[in-house]
Formats: sequence, structure tokens, C-alpha cells
Amino acid sequence: MSMWEYANPKKFMDWTAPVLPWAFGIAGLLTGVGLVWGFFFTPEAELFGATVKIIYLHVPAALMAINAWFMMLVASLIWVIRRHHVSALAARAAAPVGMVMTVIALATGALWGIPTWGTYWVWDPRLTSFMILFLFYLGYIALWEAIEDPDTAADLTAILCIVGSVFAILSRYAVRFWNQGLHQGTSVPVVTGGRTVADVYWVPLLMCMIGFGVLFVALVLLRTRTEIRLRRMRALTARTTRAA
Amino acid sequence: MKALLWRDLALAVRAGGGFGLGLAFFLIVVVLVPFGVGPDRTILSAIAPGILWVAALLAALLSLDRIFALDYEDGALALLATAPVPLEGVALVKALAHWITTGLPLTLVAPLLGFFLNMDPAAYAYMFASLALGTPALSVIGSFGAALTVGLRRGGLLLSLLVLPLYVPTLIFGAEAVRRGVDQTGAAAPLMLVGAISLGCIALLPFAAAAVLRINLR
Amino acid sequence: MLPDLGPRAVYVLLSYGVTLVLLAAIIGLSARRAIKVRRALEEIENG
Repeated sequence: MSMWEYANPKKFMDWTAPVLPWAFGIAGLLTGVGLVWGFFFTPEAELFGATVKIIYLHVPAALMAINAWFMMLVASLIWVIRRHHVSALAARAAAPVGMVMTVIALATGALWGIPTWGTYWVWDPRLTSFMILFLFYLGYIALWEAIEDPDTAADLTAILCIVGSVFAILSRYAVRFWNQGLHQGTSVPVVTGGRTVADVYWVPLLMCMIGFGVLFVALVLLRTRTEIRLRRMRALTARTTRAA
Repeated sequence: MKALLWRDLALAVRAGGGFGLGLAFFLIVVVLVPFGVGPDRTILSAIAPGILWVAALLAALLSLDRIFALDYEDGALALLATAPVPLEGVALVKALAHWITTGLPLTLVAPLLGFFLNMDPAAYAYMFASLALGTPALSVIGSFGAALTVGLRRGGLLLSLLVLPLYVPTLIFGAEAVRRGVDQTGAAAPLMLVGAISLGCIALLPFAAAAVLRINLR
Repeated sequence: MLPDLGPRAVYVLLSYGVTLVLLAAIIGLSARRAIKVRRALEEIENG
């Protein structure tokens, strides 16, 4: 019994069915409590004033925007190497969710920019990188939509995702080379374990980050289930038309 | 492979092959910009390198869908896939043919068009160098994009959506090289980075393009 | 009920508004499509 068993479509449907409500419940609870806590019960920051409350949306969304692409990359690699259909479908299911997260990060960032920087948009490396990430999501989704044969589409989008990842990282460094920015460094450097967020904001922020993460997982599971059903539907209709 | 290169070049130069169209497009974009921005010479001078780079990018994009589409339609590509030449080589040769018919002429003409935009005299050499180093990357990346969309009926628009984000690093380093060259702040680093991107793309992307072509020919 | 957000309240409220609307949209669309596809599949499998 290996972990790959869970990638069998039938098995996937079986184990995700009971998990799904839990995932949505936990996501709703964490995000809800985190946001309410952050919005109503945290003090204003010295530098930002009340706008600091945007952090509970901006940081988790930005985090998930990048992680979603990373998850798509891993799923694409699994599809290319091991050819698990669920993996390809999960990558497809994740893309729109990641794109929405990118839009949220960009929109809240722009709204945060006005009171702090005095402008909605600057061509700052971090902002620009997210804009480019948004374009990558657009292209990826458009390619999925454009190809009719599901296996060809899965193959082509997987390769696009892999090549795109390389260029996305390249763009990230190119953009940094091109313009030093206004945006502050990362607030939660996971690698070093440190953080620049004060303790009062940290707990609700952490709750929101985990909540957004679980919400992403829940949405991807739900959408993957839909894709699996669609696939099965297509297979069944193909069989009946052949039989008729 | 040499035969394939000559064939592609001949097809491109022949009437309706699209050779020259890219150049004409490049010229038109450069002529249109002053109408949009206004005839102020200092503004034009400041934005000239960027305009030339963006225009070169769009001109290269224009002829991309021809790289594989015609061969795919008449079945020549399926023949090439079964030929003793590796498909990776075919992809590379096709990209080279595209570069010779668009990237190279664009590089040669760009300094000339710099006159119209009142480009800084110091910028000409850097413009030429950065385009010479950067346009191969544009062709190779483009051939990957063209391979991705070859089986689609309306691939043209999708092709630009897929390829343009991939052009970002090349564009940034290319235009930055010219800007730093003019400001005397050290154009060597961005120039080398453009070259590095081109070399990296030439080395790796033909494999991706060939893999994609095999999937599309399945 | 609302905490005093000062002169920048608009931006904070707008941020929350935009985010909640977008999240609701993606959740709603995913759920609607899931239900629609499930019904259609059941119809094919049973009919």
C-alpha cells in the first residue's frame, strides 16, 4: 500500500468526500475568527494606522498565490513522471483559485498603497512580479481551455507550467535587477524563523494564513472532484455514442 | 539539418512567406510612437531604447505562428518527426531560421530607426549589442510557444498570451543594458545576462519544444 | 459597532469588501459547477 493509491480516481473520490466538509469548516472557522479578531480587536500600528488591518488579507493571499503555483508545478511534475490523472486534474483545478488569490493580493496591495505610498501602483519588484504571475496564470488557464483532448491538454499545460516556473523565477530576479522597490521585505521569513510582525498581530495573522491555506486545499479538492466527474461523464458519453 | 534550414529560409523569403512583414511592422510601430507620445525630442530620446525593444518583441511575435503551423498542416512535421534527424534538432533549426529572417534583420535595422526616435548617440552600440544577444532567446522561446499552440485552430492570440510573459526577463535585461550604457553605469552585467538567457534558452528549450511537438503529433 | 478606523477607513473596508466578494465568487462558482456536474453524471449513470 503506497501513497500513490490515494491518487486512484475512485479512491480519491472516496477519501475526499468525508474530508471536504471538514476542510471547508476548518477554513471558514480559522479565516473567520482570524479576520474578526484582526479587524475588531487589534490596535493600530504606529506607522500604518488603521490600514495595518489589510495585512490579514494581503499576506495570506500573496502567500497562497505563490504556493498555488508551486502546487501546480508539483502536480504537473507528478503527471509528467507518473501519469496520475488526478494529479493533472488537480493542477487544472488549482489554477483559477491561485489566480483569484493573486488578484486579491494585487487589489489589497493597491488599496494599501494609497495611504502608505500615496499611489495605487508603483513598478516595484514585488508588485511587478505578481503582475507577471497573474499573466502566467492567465496563459495557463487559457491553454487548458483551448485544447479539446484532455490528455493532450494535461501534457501541454504541464510542460508550460514547468517552463513557466523557470521563467517566473528568472523574471523575479530580473525585476529586482531592474528596479529597487518601495515594498518592504517579507514580513514572515519562514526560512530564518524570524518575523517582523509584532505579537499582537501575529496570532490572528497566523490564523488567517492557515485558514487561507486550508481554504485553498478545500477548493482544490472540490474542483478536482468536479473535474474527475466531468472526465467520467465524457468517457461514458463517448462509450454510448460508440455503442449507438 | 542544413537542408531543412535552407528550405525554411527559402520558404520565408518567397512571396507571402512573411519575411519583411516583421520588418515593416517594426518600422510602423516606431513611426506610430511619436504620434502617440508627441514630438518632444527629449521624451522620445528617453524612451527610444524601450520602444525599440518592445517593437522588436512584437515584430518577432508576429511571425511565430508560421514556424510550425504550415508544416503541421501539410503533414511535413509528421514526416520530420519520423526522419532520422532528432526532433530537438528540428526545433532548433526552425528557431534559427526564424532568427535569421526576423531577429537578425531587426537587429540590423534597429540602430537606423533610432534616428527617428532621436536616440542618444551613445546608445547605438548598446542597442545593437543587446538586440544581437537577446533576439536569439526571443526566437527560441517563441518556437516553444509555437510548438505548444500548433494543433490549435485559433492559436495566434493564445500564442501571444503564452509567449509574452516568457519574454519578460529578456526584455528587462535587454532594455536595461541600453539604459545603463547611456548612463555609463555599467552595461556589461545586463549584457552578459541577456547573453546568458539566450544561451540557456538555446540549450534547453528545444527539448521542451520537441516534447511538446511529439504530444501534439500524437 | 465598527472600530474607529480614522481617515483611512475607506481603504480598509474596500480591501475587506473586495477580498470577500472575490472569495465568495470563487467558492460559489466552484460549488455551483460541482453540483451541476454531479447531477449530470448521476443522470447519465442512472438513466
